[in-house]
Amino acid sequence: MPYALSPAEIDALELSLEVATRSVLWSLPLAVLAAWLLTRARFPGRTLFDAFVHLPLVLPPVAVGYVLLLLFGLRGPLGSWLYEHLGIELAFSTGGAALATAVMTFPLMVRAIRIALENVDRGLEAAARTLGAGPIDRFATITLPLMLPGILAGTVTAFSAALGEFGAVITFVSNIPGETRTLPLALYTAIQSPDGNAMAARLAVLSFALGLSGLLFAEVLARYMRRRLGR
Amino acid sequence: MLSVALGKRRDGFTLQVAFDAPTPGVVALFGRSGCGKSTTIDLIAGLLAPDQGHVRLDDVTLLDTRAKRSVRAERRRIGYVFQDSRLFPHFNVAGNLRYGQKRARGVEQRIGFDEVVSLLGLASLLTRRPGQLSGGERQRVALGRALLSQPRLLLLDEPLASLDVARREEVLPYLEALRDRLSIPIVYVSHQFDEVLRLATHVVLLDAGRVVAQGSPGEVSLRPELRAIVGPEAVGAVLDGVITAFDPARSFAELRLGHGTLCMSARNVAVGASVRVQLLARDVILATQPPHSLSVRNSIEGRIIEIADDEDGAKLVRVDIGGDIVLARITTEAVEALGLQSGSAVWVLIKAISMRGHTFISPATSPAS
Repeated sequence: MPYALSPAEIDALELSLEVATRSVLWSLPLAVLAAWLLTRARFPGRTLFDAFVHLPLVLPPVAVGYVLLLLFGLRGPLGSWLYEHLGIELAFSTGGAALATAVMTFPLMVRAIRIALENVDRGLEAAARTLGAGPIDRFATITLPLMLPGILAGTVTAFSAALGEFGAVITFVSNIPGETRTLPLALYTAIQSPDGNAMAARLAVLSFALGLSGLLFAEVLARYMRRRLGR
Repeated sequence: MLSVALGKRRDGFTLQVAFDAPTPGVVALFGRSGCGKSTTIDLIAGLLAPDQGHVRLDDVTLLDTRAKRSVRAERRRIGYVFQDSRLFPHFNVAGNLRYGQKRARGVEQRIGFDEVVSLLGLASLLTRRPGQLSGGERQRVALGRALLSQPRLLLLDEPLASLDVARREEVLPYLEALRDRLSIPIVYVSHQFDEVLRLATHVVLLDAGRVVAQGSPGEVSLRPELRAIVGPEAVGAVLDGVITAFDPARSFAELRLGHGTLCMSARNVAVGASVRVQLLARDVILATQPPHSLSVRNSIEGRIIEIADDEDGAKLVRVDIGGDIVLARITTEAVEALGLQSGSAVWVLIKAISMRGHTFISPATSPAS
């Protein structure tokens, strides 16, 4: 059965889905906050903050993974604190893979959410204000629902990208089967081994299918939501 | 009493506006585009912060920069109907209507959901989305949404400006019903004088960020500052009166003014109704002798108060007809040929057919209130 997935491949697929899910869930609220700060807030250092958020897009993923290792490794300042106080160990764990993936996909998510926020008609928020809605009320009942298409599209895109994150993950948490060996890492391992051709092909096709369906789903979702909002 | 005094400097534009208007009633802020009308009501609503000033409604102070008091916009309970309606696209009509109502739970419910729906004719629209509504329907929903937030004051920012003539005629009667049946004070922004004529009980004339004239529509209609805005063709005295007789077969009515009586052509008016008419200055004829055998139905004896220069070599003549004042726009040549001057006795001729009346039950004069 050369077309069926082996247990190791299924492991990698499940692990990829887990890592992507966790990374998206963690970065989503932060991405909404960052998008809000970049769109609506005026504070000193905003341009620098903007650049910082987008840094993972232009940095070599290996460099990001290395920085994470320095910061969140067991001897790193953040890593040792997390381990001593909360018992959280990120280096060489699935959680660490999720963190590395979240950092790498963060700019994608912020970008999509930011565009969605910029497209929200501020006049509608003003109208809600005259109808008695305070700031949090307005955000929850007007701004957020109107941003939802963009947030969902951004989330799905980031999720698809998260499935394929390689460089930062392998640098930060290494390539441990069942723990950090996600789909792209399994694919890389298969290519490296002399008898891994069939496996590599299956994993490549799988990655391709996942990525394509993710992007298509994001587009369909965005269209559906826009129609629902009557725009 | 609605007392407003506001100063705001922004992008090289200085706004300095002050007016006091009786409540309830409709205050019209009238002026050209860019004269500061919308900025003024944004300041009243609290959507903009003024440099200095106050907003007081009856015994409630909503803003007083000297006392460092400014009620936040969401707590002012001021309903705002925007030019572009601003309905929430992710709610249906009922959801939009209830948005403000839900947030006004703590206050006295002066107007209920069913009442608003029937007053504005919204029953068939409740489950529709804003995207499925016509422009006129959208403005009616926006009006209902603002009303249900139980406002102490209603701001209407050119609510008819984005509508074509037919749609405007569709919405105007609802605005009149609002004025006559609810006792909510209204500030109405417009650059269409005919809307102001139909709705206002008090007019504030704005030009370049300043109040150039204010008063009742009758008073303001005689002011030269109005002519500068509406142009000489639209100038004419505005008179309020009560219908004393009506002959439906001949579409003919008698209108009792403060002092005299005017005959006018009219349809569907009731005896006792308050009616406002505008006598366009260009339609008014002056004679130095009592006329005979003319088709004109009104010939009223009066006395010239003033003759002012008007554009295009014309003269604008102000005539006292026993307490009420009318304007006549006539040529300089006619003034000279008839030897008219200040103090001359004249007969004012007004065609009954040239008067357009607006049924008007202002809260101040309505016997019900």
